[in-house]
Amino acid sequence: MLTFTIRRLFLSVPTLLFIGLVIFLLLELAPGDPMAQVPLTVPPEVKEKMRLALGLGEPGHIRFMKWLVQFFWIEPLNLFDHIFGTGFAEGKLRVISWQTRSPVMDIVMQRIPQTLWVVGLAYVVGVLIALPIGIYSAYRQYSVFDQAGTFVAMIGYSVPPFFSGVLLIVIFSVKLGWLPSIYDTTHVVNDWASFKVQLMQMIMPVMVLALQTTAQISRFMRASMLDNLNQDYVRTARAKGMTESVVVMVHVLRNSMIPVVTVIALGVPGIFGGAIITEQVFKVNGIGQLLITAIQANDLPMVQTLTFIFAILIVVFNLIADVLYGVLDPRIRYD
Amino acid sequence: MPDGAAPVLDVKGLKTVFQTRSGKIHAVNDVSFDLRPGELLGVVGESGSGKSVTMMSLIGLLPSPPADVCAGQVLFGGRDLLKTDADALRGIRGKRIGFVFQDPMTSLNPVFNVGFQICEPLRKHMGLSKAAARNRAVELLELVGIPDARRRLDDYPHQFSGGMRQRVMIAIALACDPEVLIADEPTTALDVTIQAQILELVKDLREKLGMAIIWITHDLGVIAGIADRVIVMYAGQVVEQAPVQELFSNPQHPYTRSLLKTIPSVSGDRAPRLQVIEGQPPIQMKAPDACPFLPRCAHGFDRCAAENPARLAVGQGHDVACFWDPATGGPRHV
Repeated sequence: MLTFTIRRLFLSVPTLLFIGLVIFLLLELAPGDPMAQVPLTVPPEVKEKMRLALGLGEPGHIRFMKWLVQFFWIEPLNLFDHIFGTGFAEGKLRVISWQTRSPVMDIVMQRIPQTLWVVGLAYVVGVLIALPIGIYSAYRQYSVFDQAGTFVAMIGYSVPPFFSGVLLIVIFSVKLGWLPSIYDTTHVVNDWASFKVQLMQMIMPVMVLALQTTAQISRFMRASMLDNLNQDYVRTARAKGMTESVVVMVHVLRNSMIPVVTVIALGVPGIFGGAIITEQVFKVNGIGQLLITAIQANDLPMVQTLTFIFAILIVVFNLIADVLYGVLDPRIRYD
Repeated sequence: MPDGAAPVLDVKGLKTVFQTRSGKIHAVNDVSFDLRPGELLGVVGESGSGKSVTMMSLIGLLPSPPADVCAGQVLFGGRDLLKTDADALRGIRGKRIGFVFQDPMTSLNPVFNVGFQICEPLRKHMGLSKAAARNRAVELLELVGIPDARRRLDDYPHQFSGGMRQRVMIAIALACDPEVLIADEPTTALDVTIQAQILELVKDLREKLGMAIIWITHDLGVIAGIADRVIVMYAGQVVEQAPVQELFSNPQHPYTRSLLKTIPSVSGDRAPRLQVIEGQPPIQMKAPDACPFLPRCAHGFDRCAAENPARLAVGQGHDVACFWDPATGGPRHV
């Protein structure tokens, strides 16, 4: 297992380099001018100087190499400095956003907490609700509970977040006035009252997103449980005199969780994608929204860095999902 | 060996019906038999005769919405198992009645090691501590002939061969020293050499532990090898019951006689064609009111179509459910 993991980690390096190259080339070839946002009153020579200042004068491969060095060496060095208070990265140029002229990673770090709070929490809530629903739906297949669960899952799959989000806003913010419709990211939680306010503003985006996760994971859990409930070893467990709860929650669940855990692990990078639409609807300034505005402003370093971060997360979580599968299922040993 | 003592398990008039979309299937029709302490009762019948369903009905292993054990009595340990509540039944299953199933490749949980699966009933029914349960598990594995038992406790089922897995299943069934062991075609899925080993093992265990065993099989050779008494089942009914020697030397029911004729012989000339019993066993969509074997019987007459024969004694411990007498070739005198 260890050799497998190490081998995969080694393999991921050229994979990520290749992905970085593809992202870079795509953005290079895409039309768009970072200077387009600059007011028309600025004369062309000044624009040219601005362009050079952003590093656009250099050839493509130099820029790519510089970005790689910045991403893989300077940024971690900076983080090291930040944590340990050293000065290794003093004076070294970091990846600068063209929109804000400030380091990309600083902005990302600012935005991540919002995304994690809303989207991350929605994922956790979605999974926690989905698992018991899936288990019980399978155990009592075709019962009223199962039919209701199927119906809710269908809604979760087919109703897009921009519809359900706006619908919730109309009902709860406009008509009933119970919940705020705009997410206040400057809100600081330091006591019970402010925690309640935070909770109130998180409920709607979290529920909108959790619905989708719940739909997917509960169907998956139900299918996995149904596969296992009719297996012979379940009959053996009952013949041993074990109670129904042990038979279902220990024997069957342990087998059924294996594929479900891997699906859950593969869905985690999606959290960092930031649920772009939902962040727009509820005006949460998280990473998804950051990516959209960067694309619209042709802010190449920002788009490049963000996309690359997503790629790393996907590669890492793919590896985690594979390793988890090997850990949970004793029949699978990769070496 | 049977000694006339009170039966350890006494089944009277068992009836099980399955509710399906196409109607009710009467899988078990008025089955009665008893099991005496220390004996090995063989249950023979072709696929679809209701052997497994009968045994699973005894201890409530059939899923209850489709299956309905609607009549009969199963007397065990002074109580009727059919009237016992689910919790009490769970206390009996695994503890006083052990079950060995047919397919060892899938009967063990693949994600738990063998030690865990053996210790589960030990800890639940006998209240043993983890360490004590592990020690007992090692004893059990050694008893069933698995070498290097202590190390093997941590192995997973996929690390065992088919025959070894079946030995593990037997170990699990015997873990709490049950009075009765019900083995449902335990060697059908194994090759003959392994089958012979398992049969030897079971005979050996019976000597050592003295439990009563019900052995379900469709292989008459196995029955000849280990059974003390035999019941022959057809279409959910017991059609003949006899001590094993008697069954082979003096079979009374046409079905039993045909079964014995279908066994290919290894000695003498090779027959040009194999003997078969033409036709298929019926699926009873209603409680049978005629002899179920009639369509395939060479000796049927009018009475067989009008009445389902009851079991009649024809010898010491030998009864048969048939109106035809092989000795005379005509109807039996009732």
